[in-house]
Amino acid sequence: MEICGGQTHSIVRFGLEELLPKEISLVHGPGCPVCVTPVEILDEAMEIAARPGVVFCSFGDMLRVPGTDQDLFSVKSMGGDVRIVYSPMDALQVARENTEKEIVFFAVGFETTAPANAMAVYQAHREGLKNFSILVSHVLVPPAMEAILSSATNRVQGFLAAGHVCSIMGLDEYRPLALRYKVPIVVTGFEPVDILEGLLLCVKQLEAGRFAVENQYARVVRTEGNPPARHMITEVFEVVSRKWRGLGEISRSGLGLNPTYYAYDAEKKFGPFLPHAAHGQECISGEILTGVKKPRQCPAFGGKCTPEHPLGAPMVSGEGACAAYYRYQRG
Amino acid sequence: MIVRGEAMENEINLQCPVPIQGHDRIQMGHGGGGKLSQQLIESIFVPLFSNAALLARHDGAVFEAGGQRIAFSTDSYVVRPLFFPGGNIGDLAVNGTVNDLAMCGARPLALSAGFIIEEGFPMESLKKVAETMSAAASRVGVPIVTGDTKVVDKGKGDGLYINTAGIGIVECGFTVDPSRMREGDSVIVSGDLGRHGVAILAVREGLQFETVIQTDCQPLWGVVQSLLKAGLEIHCLRDLTRGGLTAALNETAQTSGLSIHVEEAKIPLREDVKGACEMLGLDPLGVANEGRFILFLPAHQAEKAMEIMRRDSAGAGATMIGRVGKERPGLVTIQSLVGVERILDMPSGEQLPRIC
Repeated sequence: MEICGGQTHSIVRFGLEELLPKEISLVHGPGCPVCVTPVEILDEAMEIAARPGVVFCSFGDMLRVPGTDQDLFSVKSMGGDVRIVYSPMDALQVARENTEKEIVFFAVGFETTAPANAMAVYQAHREGLKNFSILVSHVLVPPAMEAILSSATNRVQGFLAAGHVCSIMGLDEYRPLALRYKVPIVVTGFEPVDILEGLLLCVKQLEAGRFAVENQYARVVRTEGNPPARHMITEVFEVVSRKWRGLGEISRSGLGLNPTYYAYDAEKKFGPFLPHAAHGQECISGEILTGVKKPRQCPAFGGKCTPEHPLGAPMVSGEGACAAYYRYQRG
Repeated sequence: MIVRGEAMENEINLQCPVPIQGHDRIQMGHGGGGKLSQQLIESIFVPLFSNAALLARHDGAVFEAGGQRIAFSTDSYVVRPLFFPGGNIGDLAVNGTVNDLAMCGARPLALSAGFIIEEGFPMESLKKVAETMSAAASRVGVPIVTGDTKVVDKGKGDGLYINTAGIGIVECGFTVDPSRMREGDSVIVSGDLGRHGVAILAVREGLQFETVIQTDCQPLWGVVQSLLKAGLEIHCLRDLTRGGLTAALNETAQTSGLSIHVEEAKIPLREDVKGACEMLGLDPLGVANEGRFILFLPAHQAEKAMEIMRRDSAGAGATMIGRVGKERPGLVTIQSLVGVERILDMPSGEQLPRIC
């Protein structure tokens, strides 16, 4: 399993799977903020973004991610002030320039984006900016790996750890995992050759019956990671439990602002929120894909979920199980 | 300790949530030149306006009038900022329409210009834009013969929007459009890609590179005319604007019902553009250009075509990047740098808003 969405992107973009012997299959991991940010937080984001007087700043790729029944692009088209920024520091600048407005930054992602987001909050605190807050949905890689490894249906035999995450966090927190679950973990980069080399190192370990943490991406990742960046994370954040889309709630798997910085927590500033309407959860694609259930056993099948308005991946692609059932086996 | 959520009881269920498909209001992506734009046009405009010229789905319409074949095209410009490295909205407004006509094989005959100006817009800036338009028009020898001016309340526009339309005379005995593409045709691109989009974004985001990346905005009629004069059997021309190379290839593949295969290693990209795109998370093949086009013609004429193109500054970087086939009708495939083939799908919304 490659952990990082960036690695998945490279694998698909360069078609790397086709170069591999058929004994090796790649399972795409949880390292994509778009995939794992829970629908409840997305709904909160949209509720905040729709308020008058709020400027909601986000990385561009979060704008198309659907919440229960809309996305941030829709909020924007209805008049919400939603802006794409490339750094939390840009959002901070918006806050400095618009003191009469509330600026909220959508702080999503893994250990990679956490230091910069922490820095923005730290800076706002130092400057005494009262109109800046962040909606936090930060998650951590090792607890998710542990959730996968301890799952009854786990089929992952080796990991390509996320190079950029490790450039911050270093290698040490992966060693207990490798040891406990007897699984090779290779810190890997993002170029096609990086990924192929990471796979090779993984396979060599498996063949030798070893399970160590190795570093393929040594040109970027140091064993100790980046201590000043980690210091910034611990200054501003604390480890909390988080819900992951597709994985459920995992204890101590994410970051939230620590009490010193509660004033910058958008959830506290703008909550309480409308209760989450559960109808976004109807898709049972996980069970469909593993053959546990048939499409017709899904309550949304053919009604709320059709190829024109899919609720999940199997109804989208022409080869998807639900789409095939819908086309050939309705009635 | 691990607490298992509901999803964990059965199995891990990791996959990207599906983007919302049906929109009951216009989104920025509907203007991005990708799938959303296509859906909008197909669902609202095509059924209501349906006619033969429109259904050809080309950059401009071609029809007969008084024994002449006339090309007609229009385009609106909402670029932000109005002034950017290497040009301004005025260059885009003239060259954009001139290029749409050129892609029909037509010599531009006359342009119109419509200005929607926001109250309070500096007279000096308007003059500068008009001067640019005048210079761009005389460069290709096309007069701006009619126009319109409207002013909207302060805050209801964005400084300045321009619409231009143009008519031209088709200067070849055949139709240049996707229906003429044939299996075995070569695909040639006129130069390196992505400069316009990156130039705009760099200004907008305050990004600085070692050298300033300038727009590639320029007229294409000169180089197209040379190709036609040389008697080459040009099957299709398409300028690469919003949606970049990816959108242009997908549109022509879909309209022609043929497949197009390109090789990533052959697609010309400047290192600075590539670096900027990597930093911004953009695919350079989907980034906008304003002075680039692709050309489809029989393989045995490809060398000759590139030789002619390279004599003109607008075609100096001419490169053959692929070929037309019929294995996978309507699809574009790309051979990646490591030699594996994948589908190059139409961009869905837009990578960058308000680029032209």
